[in-house]
Amino acid sequence: MSAAAARVVVMGASAGAIQALTRILPALPAGFPLPILVVVHVPADRSNFLAPLFEAKCALGVREADDKEPAIAGTVYFAPPDYHLLLEADGSLALSSEDPVQFSRPSIDVLFESAADAFGAETIGIVLTGGNADGAEGLRAIAAAGGTVIIEDPVSAYADAMPLAAQHACPSATPLSLDAITHFLLEKVQ
Amino acid sequence: MSDAIEDIEIRLILEALHQRYHYDFRNYAQASIRRRLRQARQQLGFETFSAMQDRLLHDESVLPRLLTYLTVQVSEMFRDPAYFRALREHVIPHLRTYPSLKVWIAGCSGGEELYSFAILFREEGLEERTLFYATDISQDALETASRGIYALDRIKGFTENHRAAGGKSSLSDYYTTAYGGAVFDKSLKERVVFSDHSLVTDAVFGEMHLISCRNVMIYFDRALQDRALGLFEDSLVRNGFLGLGAKENLRFSRHASSFADFVRSERIYQRRDA
Repeated sequence: MSAAAARVVVMGASAGAIQALTRILPALPAGFPLPILVVVHVPADRSNFLAPLFEAKCALGVREADDKEPAIAGTVYFAPPDYHLLLEADGSLALSSEDPVQFSRPSIDVLFESAADAFGAETIGIVLTGGNADGAEGLRAIAAAGGTVIIEDPVSAYADAMPLAAQHACPSATPLSLDAITHFLLEKVQ
Repeated sequence: MSDAIEDIEIRLILEALHQRYHYDFRNYAQASIRRRLRQARQQLGFETFSAMQDRLLHDESVLPRLLTYLTVQVSEMFRDPAYFRALREHVIPHLRTYPSLKVWIAGCSGGEELYSFAILFREEGLEERTLFYATDISQDALETASRGIYALDRIKGFTENHRAAGGKSSLSDYYTTAYGGAVFDKSLKERVVFSDHSLVTDAVFGEMHLISCRNVMIYFDRALQDRALGLFEDSLVRNGFLGLGAKENLRFSRHASSFADFVRSERIYQRRDA
């Protein structure tokens, strides 16, 4: 794993996302030193249930991302349904209605690639459970930029296709259990 | 960080596009324009952005192909039904007090939103006194918008949205089907001016009572968003209305203080008095 001081955590999850995120996000303290940007594949019916769901469980701030909003430490930003979420080099969030990527909008790849461009080696990318291959290209981009790349251990993941695809595209990714991912993130708190 | 050479190339190609063809994407939001340029480069088969720039400068036929990647045309009728419901319930009662109305759909894309407005205003009995301006930078989009023909497989979604928006009529009252498409009633565009207008380079062209500009400024950087919002401020009558996309917000703009929240949840703002 990279030694560069991180500036952002980006996470992607699909099938089994809620359970996986419920193991990680509520365990992090309000003073978590980085913003956490999360893409979860949800139907495009525009009901925003993720932010309220996790807001109730988390010490962290939890919001659905607004366009041009500055990403603030200790806050989780979910990609809104039917929009791609991107990170700009100035640390602000951007949304886009560009075409779905691999049938997904929001797309994990789009978020991860933008984070690799914006913050490079100072990015932590985490691909969690899911039944497709989204996130694999994005994780590779983060690794290529020198960032820290982690996958949920395919052995224990609810759906292993997404972490496996990410591992295939990005062999340097470290497989960790959900609890180990949480511990890794908690080490960032100081 | 993003590749330093690629950064230079991207700046140069946007400069070339502007100087040669007067399309100005220089202040578009970087992350997304970078993505779309990469897509264009890959799919148009260029090794580098520099090679693409070379062809763009010397071969006019590259321009329209590149533009299809750079302009995002996604819309549907009555997209975000709650927005249209809020217009119907909260904005329309104010608009009724004016003897004549001007409504600007800025960045009208393929016209879906324009026809939604035309139908809403007809249902509310305001169409006769209203002039609609539908503007976009894309000639293709303006042509699609003025044709008003949509694929039949999209109509089901449009109909559901219309109903959820509090539609007082049936959407099928407004179109006929022909050649696999839904052709919207010509009378809906009798009071519409379609026009090529750029929020980046063009100026105020009229005094508006309502401006709807949704999911257009998400592609702008903050400076350009400020320019567009300044244009809207100058275009609106006092207490005129501005509607933005569901995830757009004035909080991060220097024009924030010129507008008041009107229907906060639906991102409908009202120009302040002074």
